[in-house]
Amino acid sequence: MEHIKNLILRMADDELIIGHRSSEWTGIGPILEEDIAFSSMAQDKIGHALANYTILNKEFKMPEPDRFAFFRSEKEMLNCQLAELPIGEYDFSLVRHFLFDHADFIRYEMLSDSSFTPLAQLSKKIKGELKYHVLHADTWLTRLGNATDESHARMQGSLNEIWNYALGIFEPSDYDAQLISDKVFEGENVLRQKWMEKISPIIEKANLKIPTTSQPVYGGRKGYHTEHLQPLLNEMNEVISSEAEGTEW
Amino acid sequence: MTATVFNKEEIYKSLEEVMDPEIPTLSVINMGMITGVEETVTGVRVKMIPTFMACPAIHVIKNSIQKKVESLGYENVEVFVDDSVIWNSDRITEQGNKLLKDFGLGTPKRHEGKFGMEEIAHSKCPHCNSENTTMNSIFGSTLCRSTHFCYDCKQAFERFKPV
Repeated sequence: MEHIKNLILRMADDELIIGHRSSEWTGIGPILEEDIAFSSMAQDKIGHALANYTILNKEFKMPEPDRFAFFRSEKEMLNCQLAELPIGEYDFSLVRHFLFDHADFIRYEMLSDSSFTPLAQLSKKIKGELKYHVLHADTWLTRLGNATDESHARMQGSLNEIWNYALGIFEPSDYDAQLISDKVFEGENVLRQKWMEKISPIIEKANLKIPTTSQPVYGGRKGYHTEHLQPLLNEMNEVISSEAEGTEW
Repeated sequence: MTATVFNKEEIYKSLEEVMDPEIPTLSVINMGMITGVEETVTGVRVKMIPTFMACPAIHVIKNSIQKKVESLGYENVEVFVDDSVIWNSDRITEQGNKLLKDFGLGTPKRHEGKFGMEEIAHSKCPHCNSENTTMNSIFGSTLCRSTHFCYDCKQAFERFKPV
């Protein structure tokens, strides 16, 4: 069962961390609609993380979601490094959102046929919600990629900067072979291929170019993180840590 | 106190008075959130599903359902989130769609699982029924709403998203 636990944990940690990053746009979005969009997506992502932690709790007797989400050390977090990078400027957050959400959406599509029923059932629900995240990302990528010289240059600059981190989403896992043979998940390689097929035409339509050299940034899935994760974790559990254990809200 | 005799219809009827806190004119029945009412060995089990995974109102709704059924005299009322059914906007009843419109929201068309950008982007204006509208953003004041504008009556409006 370790292979299934590891898969769900990677997904949940990605969603928890990128959800918190997205929430940092609340109140400071460049326009009201985008402030609301990133806030809504943050809420969805943290909801999806909670659903995954709940499966871990119910099916594998792992700690209850709140404690588990907020009281693990940096080394125990299995999110990809892409998720933890600071929000940067708006173009950076948009490009990350585009690259991450397409992978997230395709992952849930693939998992809708998983032999692990609780995950298959959850995936059918979540992919319907992620449809909106992907549409939001596609709309802005193509709009800003084709707008002004400055918007185009910013989007291309962010794409170049983020690309290697995005490839880190698909960091090979020691459990891939077992996940594939048990028909739980077709594996990170298949996901990466489907993702490339999906995003390439959209990037082209946005008049942007995928960097020609690639050097995936791995480590996140094994608990190796950038200097940006620990301060984020500190901030996330600042309130809960200030209360004695067992405090009721 | 003697426990009330199980009466499924009575319980369903009472749930018509349990409202969605985000759209207070719509009951959990009209939202299509109830998937079953069963008698258990010691009491009653109500099975329900949230509209969105991250719905912040789920605890409030579960509590309201429990209190409502208890008010009929039932004991050991259990409200259970049903993992076997997935909520989608086709589950909103016809009356529910009418109430959504009365509340001032555009309504999702029935889609039977098939809808794309066009269906997401286009909504009839709930105020003047015009089709001459545009979508401003696929996100709105709650997870279940998108924001739109009507060129005819010049009003901004929100719409319950097709999901």
